[in-house]
Amino acid sequence: MPSTAASPAASEVRWNLVFRQAVLEAAAAFALALLLLGPIVGLVLDGYQVKNELQRPLLIAAIIAVGRFLVTLATHTPAGQAALDRFNARRRQPGVLVVSAAESGRQRWWLLAIIILGLTLPFLASKYWLTVLIQAMIYVLLGLGLNIVVGLAGLLDLGYVAFYAVGAYGLALGAQYLDLGFWSALPLAAMLAALFGGVLGFPVLRMHGDYLAIVTLGFGEIIRLVLNNWLEFTGGPNGVSAPAPQLFGLEFTRTARDGGVPFHEYFQISYDPLHRFVFIYLVLFLIVCLMVVVVTRLRDMPVGRAWEALREDEIACRALGINHVLVKLSAFMMGATVGGIAGVFFATYQGFINPMSFNFFESALIVAIVVLGGLGSTTGVIVAAVVLTILPELLRAFADYRVFAFGALMVLMMIWRPRGLMRPRRRAFEVKGLCP
Amino acid sequence: MPMTIDPIHPPILEVTGLTMRFGGILALNDISFAVKCNSISALIGPNGAGKTTVFNCLTGFYKATEGRIALHTPRAAIDLISILGQPFKASDFINPAVFADRLYYKMFGGTHRVTRAGVARTFQNVRLFKEMTAIENLLVAQHLQLNRNLLAGLLRTAAYRQSERDALERAYAWLQVFGLAEDANRLAGELPYGHQRRLEIARAMCTSPRLLCLDEPAAGLNPRETTELSQLIRQLRDEHGVTILLIEHDMSLVMDLSEHIVVLDYGEVIADGDPQTVAHHPAVLAAYLGTEAVNDDESR
Amino acid sequence: MPPLLSLLVGRAVKFCVGRVGASARNLPILLDFSGGGLRYANSPCPSESAELNGSTSLWGRVAAFSYHSPGNLIRMDWHILAQQLVNGLTLGSIYGLIAIGYTMVYGIVGMINFAHGDVYMVSAYLTAICLAVLFSFGIDSLPFALLATLATTMLITAAYGWTIERVAYRPLRSAPRLAPLISAIGMSLVLQNGVQLSQGAKTQGVPSLIPATLRFGEGNDFVQITLVQLMIIVVSLTSMAALTWLIQRTSLGRQCRATQQDRRMAAILGINTDRIISTVFVIGAAMAAIAGVLVTLNYGSFDFYIGFVTGIKAFTAAVLGGIGSLPGAMLGGLILGLSEALFSGMVNTDYKDVFAFSLLVLVLIFRPTGLLGKPEVEKV
Repeated sequence: MPSTAASPAASEVRWNLVFRQAVLEAAAAFALALLLLGPIVGLVLDGYQVKNELQRPLLIAAIIAVGRFLVTLATHTPAGQAALDRFNARRRQPGVLVVSAAESGRQRWWLLAIIILGLTLPFLASKYWLTVLIQAMIYVLLGLGLNIVVGLAGLLDLGYVAFYAVGAYGLALGAQYLDLGFWSALPLAAMLAALFGGVLGFPVLRMHGDYLAIVTLGFGEIIRLVLNNWLEFTGGPNGVSAPAPQLFGLEFTRTARDGGVPFHEYFQISYDPLHRFVFIYLVLFLIVCLMVVVVTRLRDMPVGRAWEALREDEIACRALGINHVLVKLSAFMMGATVGGIAGVFFATYQGFINPMSFNFFESALIVAIVVLGGLGSTTGVIVAAVVLTILPELLRAFADYRVFAFGALMVLMMIWRPRGLMRPRRRAFEVKGLCP
Repeated sequence: MPMTIDPIHPPILEVTGLTMRFGGILALNDISFAVKCNSISALIGPNGAGKTTVFNCLTGFYKATEGRIALHTPRAAIDLISILGQPFKASDFINPAVFADRLYYKMFGGTHRVTRAGVARTFQNVRLFKEMTAIENLLVAQHLQLNRNLLAGLLRTAAYRQSERDALERAYAWLQVFGLAEDANRLAGELPYGHQRRLEIARAMCTSPRLLCLDEPAAGLNPRETTELSQLIRQLRDEHGVTILLIEHDMSLVMDLSEHIVVLDYGEVIADGDPQTVAHHPAVLAAYLGTEAVNDDESR
Repeated sequence: MPPLLSLLVGRAVKFCVGRVGASARNLPILLDFSGGGLRYANSPCPSESAELNGSTSLWGRVAAFSYHSPGNLIRMDWHILAQQLVNGLTLGSIYGLIAIGYTMVYGIVGMINFAHGDVYMVSAYLTAICLAVLFSFGIDSLPFALLATLATTMLITAAYGWTIERVAYRPLRSAPRLAPLISAIGMSLVLQNGVQLSQGAKTQGVPSLIPATLRFGEGNDFVQITLVQLMIIVVSLTSMAALTWLIQRTSLGRQCRATQQDRRMAAILGINTDRIISTVFVIGAAMAAIAGVLVTLNYGSFDFYIGFVTGIKAFTAAVLGGIGSLPGAMLGGLILGLSEALFSGMVNTDYKDVFAFSLLVLVLIFRPTGLLGKPEVEKV
């Protein structure tokens, strides 16, 4: 690049060249956009004929061209060049930080603040936002579970929604056939999900990378299709209803079944349908906090280290005496259990489930949460889950474009930060007397 | 030329008739040798002779087609091939003990069993956990010696915490032996190459092996580092009582360090003995230098 | 079609069939150009137990064969079997064409192109749009319309393939393994939803343009193969052969193979690996475009979701045949198509997707390198 101390004529020539390049690139972008979008967006099928809507692709192509023009110009300014350099430099960084124990102590105060906030929020929020919060918590739980499988153990699971479905249907069908309540179904559904995790995990353990992804995707689809087609047992597309939780036998309904006492009567307050959701939220929040503690502790335990070592280099793990089959299986089953628990909460919060909620898009969403949050980073996963649940609600007006925006966001996030929002952190160990 | 078995110092490793076939290719053909306990032995040969293949068979990464590899522990002799899990033969169904054995190893066998039996190894291309710190690499290596009880870990019981502390102290001790104490909290992938090689050996030692297999430990090291490595290996054998078997191309290191050398060429053992014998062995000279050089030598 | 041509074709077919056996001449053949033949022929058979009618000729005995398992779980009649074989070959050719895109991309960049199935879906829409536009301009000649549609669709779909590579894959060449997968999934969602938003969510279609059918058998038990189905099989095999020639015999193909085997070395030797990778994406997209055109002509209807399921099945086919192997993709496609058609004909159609996915799982468990793939020896 010629130095800025060059003569005005030289810099003018340079700007002419840059301008010309920008125009050419914009023209190319316009042509390509028109080629791609013209027929699909501009000629809408109507029966066996087409409707002319060519103004749409023309507009979009024009916007793209102008954008490309501006971007090309911007990258040739000093500020733009600096931004580009920062972007490229970040890619070359190792991407992993080593954090000493002192730093993580500071985070304790943040945690306390978040917990207090989390406990008080339900009493302040409206019903709408309460349901959003519950959904966010469910996705946090799902993200934590998948984080164990994908983030820590490095097993790419694209069919995680299967365990979610097992948990949800465990509660619903358990209530229908075995007359289980919420609290008795919760541990049973978790164990059932763990069992499924073991059964589905065992055959796929020898596979790596993309093959594992496709097989798990296949499993997820098989479970969904079976749930959808096995009408006699699961009710098929009609779905099944699920019971709400009870507080020591007190139901959250207006009138209780079988002569019991409903919650509002027991505490002498007026009936409010909100109570049920507040209760579900509080239980869910506590479970999420518990899970965060469990996952954090697991990471520092030998099994957690073995998961991460397995992700790094499986051959080296085998050479160190680690039974990679059992370690992978444990990761799979642990993740499945958490997914099952999330499923139970989903079923009870919605009151009704059907196979449509357990499609591939859900699996992709959960994988996106884990990858966006930063593989292996618990904080990142929580942030990503909350953001990805609340953002669509804030942008309610564009609900039609939700999936489109989500897909575009995934692509952009991967280009911008392929390692996720948070960089993984490793613990620094100190031993008194031995460490220099 | 099998070694005569010394009754007072039995061999720690006995390889008999080891054969490895990959489809139609015969990589190893009827290899037999023995490694004396507490010795430093070397496996040498031209490129492509099958040295790493032998290592992979010894350490459980390949399942040998034929032959027997016996690791002699104080308690019993362990067959390093059967613990990898073998397909069933018709005769197994008659013998219940053999059948039960086969079934067990088919389900729970694998490479990790070899390490648990007491054989550790390093790799030709350093295989560290690059995005974990050096000390974490060593903690992972002690996986089998730690308290792995889930509940104990989740509840952070005293026993669990003690086990973790012990592991940490052991890891630091090994880092000091290898002179890597300053690198403890650095990412393994960021260490200089010489340190990485040493870290890998340290990691292998953390598994408390009886036999340590080093695959080209001096590859890529400069002469000073090679000398330090040589001293380190001797120190490992002398002070920590581990038998060492190494593959190496650096002849000065091999001649200086090892007491017993096995030479391979085209998948067969062509010489087996102490360094002086091997250095003057005609077949070895022919393999490394070519037959013309040998004829020149003889004709002079 | 002119009557003279139909007479000639009819005579040729009769001649060929006559070679099979003397009794074959008794087999009535109908060359039916009236009515439409674009049904996915899966006609249920009347339930009878196995028996032979009085006919003693070979064809008669074969034609009358039928078998029903207890509880009607598995039904196999000669005409059902033959029909499903035909359907299976057609379906398999389609899977093979799409599988080529998956296998070539996986071979050269080592990633599954999640957006490939949706590229195929886009080509189906493009076919319908192109045909509608051409007919609205009053183009009468069917061969010209079809060729123009094929060319246009292939061109635009190739542009889609190129863009996907540039946007979702190239910036992430050096990123961790999961990043390109996520971005490909994102791309797939963008395509699906983009088409849904532009074209609406309902099923679209084309009128049946090529009703020609070849029908064997009489009465209720017949086997038919439509001209479109024949076209599919022929075009697929031809494309497959052309592609193999391209890969094996041309300089471009050599560069592709070199880049697939060792990308860094190929770059050092002066091959523009970026361009080769783009070319591979484009070729894969073009193959998918051919599949899209043929499928639209055959089944007549589609929606924005066909990319997903067909994409997974095509990937199954690619893996079945051995990922990275071109003949493997076609072979895998045929095997998958045949087994799926036979399953839905003999057992039931509801669970045929479950069957396809289960086949995928079983293949990956027991033979992950596929039928024509080379078993990998672990490099330690």
